[in-house]
Amino acid sequence: MTTLVVFVEHSGGNARRGSLEALGAAHAAGCDCIAVLAGADAAQAAQTLGGSGATKAVVLTGPAEHSADAVASAMAEVVGAQGADGFLAASTHHGQDLAARVAAHLDSVLFSDCTGLTSEGDSLSVQRSWLAGKAIAQLTSTAPAFCCTTRLNVFEVCEGEGSVEVSEHAISAEPKTRVVSIEAKGDSKLDVKEAPVVVSGGRGMKEAEHFSLIEDLAAAFGNAAVGASRAVVDTGWRPHSEQVGQTGKVVAPQLYVAVGISGAIQHLAGMRTSGTIVAINKDAEAPIFKVADYGIVGDALEIVPALAEAVRAVKAEG
Amino acid sequence: MNIIACVKRVPTTDAEVRFKADASGLETDSLPYMISFYDEIALEQAVLTKEALGGEVTALSLGPASGSKEIRECLAKGADKAVILTDDEWMSSDCRATAKRLAAAIGELDAQLVFMGRVATDRDNAAVGPMCATYLGWACVSGVIEMECGEDKGTAKVETENGIETVEFSLPAVITCNKGLNTPRYAGLKGIMAAKKKPLEEQAPAEADGQAVLSTVIAPPARPEGRIVGTGAEAIPALIDALRNEAQVL
Repeated sequence: MTTLVVFVEHSGGNARRGSLEALGAAHAAGCDCIAVLAGADAAQAAQTLGGSGATKAVVLTGPAEHSADAVASAMAEVVGAQGADGFLAASTHHGQDLAARVAAHLDSVLFSDCTGLTSEGDSLSVQRSWLAGKAIAQLTSTAPAFCCTTRLNVFEVCEGEGSVEVSEHAISAEPKTRVVSIEAKGDSKLDVKEAPVVVSGGRGMKEAEHFSLIEDLAAAFGNAAVGASRAVVDTGWRPHSEQVGQTGKVVAPQLYVAVGISGAIQHLAGMRTSGTIVAINKDAEAPIFKVADYGIVGDALEIVPALAEAVRAVKAEG
Repeated sequence: MNIIACVKRVPTTDAEVRFKADASGLETDSLPYMISFYDEIALEQAVLTKEALGGEVTALSLGPASGSKEIRECLAKGADKAVILTDDEWMSSDCRATAKRLAAAIGELDAQLVFMGRVATDRDNAAVGPMCATYLGWACVSGVIEMECGEDKGTAKVETENGIETVEFSLPAVITCNKGLNTPRYAGLKGIMAAKKKPLEEQAPAEADGQAVLSTVIAPPARPEGRIVGTGAEAIPALIDALRNEAQVL
């Protein structure tokens, strides 16, 4: 059986969903998983991993917890010490950054932001997109270690029972970087890559102030993040962290609501693998309607508040 | 200070992609190319850093010799010289091979600071920067949106799922650049004229075997045919019904 070391991120003593999805992806592909965790509360989070697909967890200890280079070298040591065949992480900021470093330590290629992971005999095969989704590639590797990161919201979390054997590994490398401060964002604010529902606005919102309507619709869904088209990010209406598309983030939520977005090829590439797509646009010929499951033609400023109200009514019913 | 901006020639973001009939690759014959979006930001940051600290900027690219048009543009935008590690199969060079070949060239150029884009907009790996830094044994900060740098250390801000982190790094370092870090300049006529006299060298890249094996590459599956549920706010009940009962996402 293939054994993978899986980087598990956590907050408030619990594993983050993206990491649980990565464990789920490996488990579904028939791999044995060893979780590796770093940072404050790591030991507590490790204890919660029973049934997630991991049978063992390794908690990194030491003063260099916030240095990506030192942490990555410790993670590569864990792969060796555990006799594992590879390394896996969710394609979050830290997951992606650490996986690339660990892959280099293991002198192995990395497959980033994979949307498929399957076993083929003794080896693993991945599916991933090129050109932000304009092409879908199927790849295997001849590397000494198999390394990949998984796209958020694509893989199922394991809902099992079980226990996890927790051990420790000390970070020993001299750090070359140091995190001096973290300016946390509000707990309620989901990242556009992580959220199960994304409500995105484009130029059809007409003014930056009208994005309060998009924020309100996202709040009505409850589990939604606000997204934006490149046009409104470039005009400074919204931050780049919200941009969906080829020069922003590639997302795959269960539900994607595009409001006042015409659907440039770069935007479509970044959201076309979403579960269900809703488009609201005044132009019935807009390209966004070609990828949408459901469309409403009309003025976003009129439709969005009414839609928020309707969603709230449904949610209130339960 | 010797500063390097690594730049990659990629298909333009508005390019329509065509596939080989046997799914063995992309049809690249008539593809239009550009410098990857984030690499433009890397080049600008390299030039801004030179303007602040002094030194020389080298634009370094693994790519085809015919990519010199895009690399000349880097010279017009402020790089002092350019080195192309020529490889006609550059687009198929996997992230490890690319990182190793860039690391070898960076070592020879005796650089202290290397800027790269956060991700190249063709293969979307977001891996070459941190991999290259690891091969070099250097510090690395990925996805930088704000930074200050001195002769031997600097600080950079990155946006993560948790918020904004401020990271201190020692030099030598690899910095990968995210949107928002700066606004890349346009090449002025003066820059374009000056670029013609700047050195552009072609070298053979270091040997590095690929490990990624491509089985197939195809167009994404077409989405099922959708429908317009109606016009204006009157269509909302129909939409809610579809989301609840058909798509079951509400």
